[in-house]
Amino acid sequence: MAGAGHPVLWRIVQTIPVLIGVVVVSFVLTRALPGDPAVYFAGAMATPESIAEVRAALGLDQPLVHQFFRYCAALLQGDLGRSVSTGQPVVEDLATRLPASLELTLCALVLSCAVAIPLGILAAVRQGGPIDHLCRILVTAGVSLPTFFTGIVLIYVFYYLLGWAPSPLGRLDFVYLEPPRVTGFLLVDTLLVGDIETFFGAARQLILPSVTLALFTLAPIARMTRAAMLSALSADYVRTARAAGLAPRTVLLTYALRNALLPVVTTLGMVFSFVLGANVLVEKVFAWPGIGSYAVEALVASDYAAVQGFVLAMAVLFVLLNLVIDLAYALIDPRIGFSAK
Amino acid sequence: MPSLDRRAFLASAAAGAGVLPFLRFLPAQAQGRDTLVTVFGQTINSLDLHRVGTNRASYQVAINCYDRLVGFGAKQLPSGEMSYDYDTIVPELAESWTISEDGLAITFKLKPNATFWDGRKVTAEDVKWSFDRAVLAGGFPTTQMRAGGFSRPDQFEALDEETFLVKLDYPSKLSLPNLAVPVPFIINSAIARENATEADPWAMEYLHTTPAGSGAYRVTRWDQGQQLVYERNDSWVGGDLPAIRRVIVREVPSAATRRALVERGDVQVSFDIPDRDASELADRLTVHSTPIENCIHALCLNTRFAPFQDPDVRKAIAFAVPYESIFQAAAYGRGAPLWGGDEEIADIAWPRPFPYATDPERAREHLARSGFAEGFDVTLSISLDLVSWMEPTALLIQEALAPLGITVTIDKIPGANWRTVALVDKTLDMHLENFGGWLNTPCYYFFWAYQKDRLFNSSNYASDVVHDLTDRALHMPVDDPGYAPLIKEMFAHAIEDLPRIPLYQPALNVAMNGASGYEFWFHRQLDVRPLTGA
Repeated sequence: MAGAGHPVLWRIVQTIPVLIGVVVVSFVLTRALPGDPAVYFAGAMATPESIAEVRAALGLDQPLVHQFFRYCAALLQGDLGRSVSTGQPVVEDLATRLPASLELTLCALVLSCAVAIPLGILAAVRQGGPIDHLCRILVTAGVSLPTFFTGIVLIYVFYYLLGWAPSPLGRLDFVYLEPPRVTGFLLVDTLLVGDIETFFGAARQLILPSVTLALFTLAPIARMTRAAMLSALSADYVRTARAAGLAPRTVLLTYALRNALLPVVTTLGMVFSFVLGANVLVEKVFAWPGIGSYAVEALVASDYAAVQGFVLAMAVLFVLLNLVIDLAYALIDPRIGFSAK
Repeated sequence: MPSLDRRAFLASAAAGAGVLPFLRFLPAQAQGRDTLVTVFGQTINSLDLHRVGTNRASYQVAINCYDRLVGFGAKQLPSGEMSYDYDTIVPELAESWTISEDGLAITFKLKPNATFWDGRKVTAEDVKWSFDRAVLAGGFPTTQMRAGGFSRPDQFEALDEETFLVKLDYPSKLSLPNLAVPVPFIINSAIARENATEADPWAMEYLHTTPAGSGAYRVTRWDQGQQLVYERNDSWVGGDLPAIRRVIVREVPSAATRRALVERGDVQVSFDIPDRDASELADRLTVHSTPIENCIHALCLNTRFAPFQDPDVRKAIAFAVPYESIFQAAAYGRGAPLWGGDEEIADIAWPRPFPYATDPERAREHLARSGFAEGFDVTLSISLDLVSWMEPTALLIQEALAPLGITVTIDKIPGANWRTVALVDKTLDMHLENFGGWLNTPCYYFFWAYQKDRLFNSSNYASDVVHDLTDRALHMPVDDPGYAPLIKEMFAHAIEDLPRIPLYQPALNVAMNGASGYEFWFHRQLDVRPLTGA
């Protein structure tokens, strides 16, 4: 990867127009939404005068273009504005809520990959065998069961009936003290201060929601692994490798899997970005203070700054994710390089 | 908005699962405890009620952490439930008060031993500053203050350290009760002033996250979107010292999860649970279902819509509505019926059952007599924020009106838009509405919902007679001999003109497992002060 620094930089520069587009579109779209934040926040008992007062306080009495330039000027200083419903700077809200969602999503994806990739490989190798059937059942179940339903069933069985799982009360039970925030990831922050007990407390809270999300994300990853492995295993280079008498293990893992990983990584990227925004229902069921429920609440209240901040944060995250995936491509398949493009 | 439907489904999924026997997990009787955990489905978005954008769930901070001059007493309802008592005003920070002969001045004497959390004495100057803030902050607090006749700072005067004077432009029976609602709470003005800026003279920024009061509890921790922790203030003089030292309020959006938590006994109070959970948990846990005072779930008929200008059409609908089915399907029988009442208006109880009941025969007769005997098409609008009761209700009404030839189309309107179209523009022909008044008198309800052009008069009802009657009754003392006749006349018009057809009085449901002492409050928030363990 020598000399990749410059092309990577170039890739980042290329994302600037995308982000500008996101800023404009999110600004226009939030204004186009039905619902009037001034009316909403003035409360049910409001009079026309009090609505006008609120409108002026929110700066919504200014012309749209004026509002847009004020928003952009603030944005350039790293200020995403202030959420009316939480009363805090949006940056601060995102900083507390994004890590919660990321931690959950990452745990779920790690879990999901740990199950789905071996399962997909085995299903491809023993095509039509019992493992293949197991894979099919799991995948169908994972796709067809909505996450909130899986979540409720897991709570019902493991918390309600068996009493194994801790109370589904968010990231940390109230008997633990939250560690000082460094990364916002509880698993990391607790280890940074060496608080093993709280670490396990946070990990226990993560288990059920992670499993719920993992079951949901299992399907595309396992299916994609199986399909990619099947096509790799029937490829000429695998036949050649086998004919050359290489050990089955080497053929499978070095020759077939490495080639099959490209589409899997692509799928993984898509699943990740999709799940991060779509795990609202899991967040609701497990009282998880994540970004999804924040966005939905902001949307319901027409909380412009919060919605725009959320969209922008997701866009940045998405851009970064694509970058990481592109880099991963280059690692997996040396033929793909940035300099070649 | 599929997520709402999913949530509703999710609630019912868990409720369905709830039929299985769980008895072995009913916790052993909890002993006297000093920490309580409560859950609810909403989110607290500010610790300062006066701030623009503060939601209803946050009012509980004003109730539990701040004091007012006066509060309401407690009483036992006929059902055995405990409730606040609108008719008894009790001291909170005020030790005593006197109302002048003409009713235009109320003089309060503050408790001499009342202190803020930082130990500073509560003075009349603090009260003055707090009241000025409430009338000048704009938005909801200002509107609510006006209901009691308080609209300008010059109405409030600190006579000396312990004496506070309120001057009124007109005498009103609503003034004193309106000082006991959550809005006029008393802030430590010294701390607030220190943290005020030129752009923010009322320290909204600071008090948003850091309450500064004298109340029974102080907030020791607030993780927005997750939890709030109350710690008892042992030097509170506003009332009897609460039994519980620490109360943890957790926000759990999913009703199914809340139900599991309270059934397992990991939380002691689940506040504002769905009617369905309440009816299913009632024989396993302590469930309080209190009909919400001065609140009515109603079917509103907009007078702008031509067929609804015909009194026979309105009566036909009132006789066609399947009240009992709605009460069972939408409220699971929780609350109070508001149909099948006596023709004769013998008392001034409100909400009261109207003298209509499901009677398809009479509905047909009325419609045949009207100018729309062949029926008509109409849109019934509901709010997506309130689908849990509005959707089943709307479907049942749709079904019941079909045989009359009235074709109903149901329109679901997003919550953020509802207020504008339903209450401000008042353009919805037929819709469901759920107004409830904080101050518990019929005239207060009529003021908001029956007077011409008022916000909650979403039916565009414009009767000069009712308008005038309401104006005359609004500030008159309830025990004035002239009051009851006025109210009865208002009732007669509301029953005859039917701009709103009452369906039922909804209930506020609370499940308790290991705690007691719950009291119902008109503001529909949890007052943690009277709670006790076990």
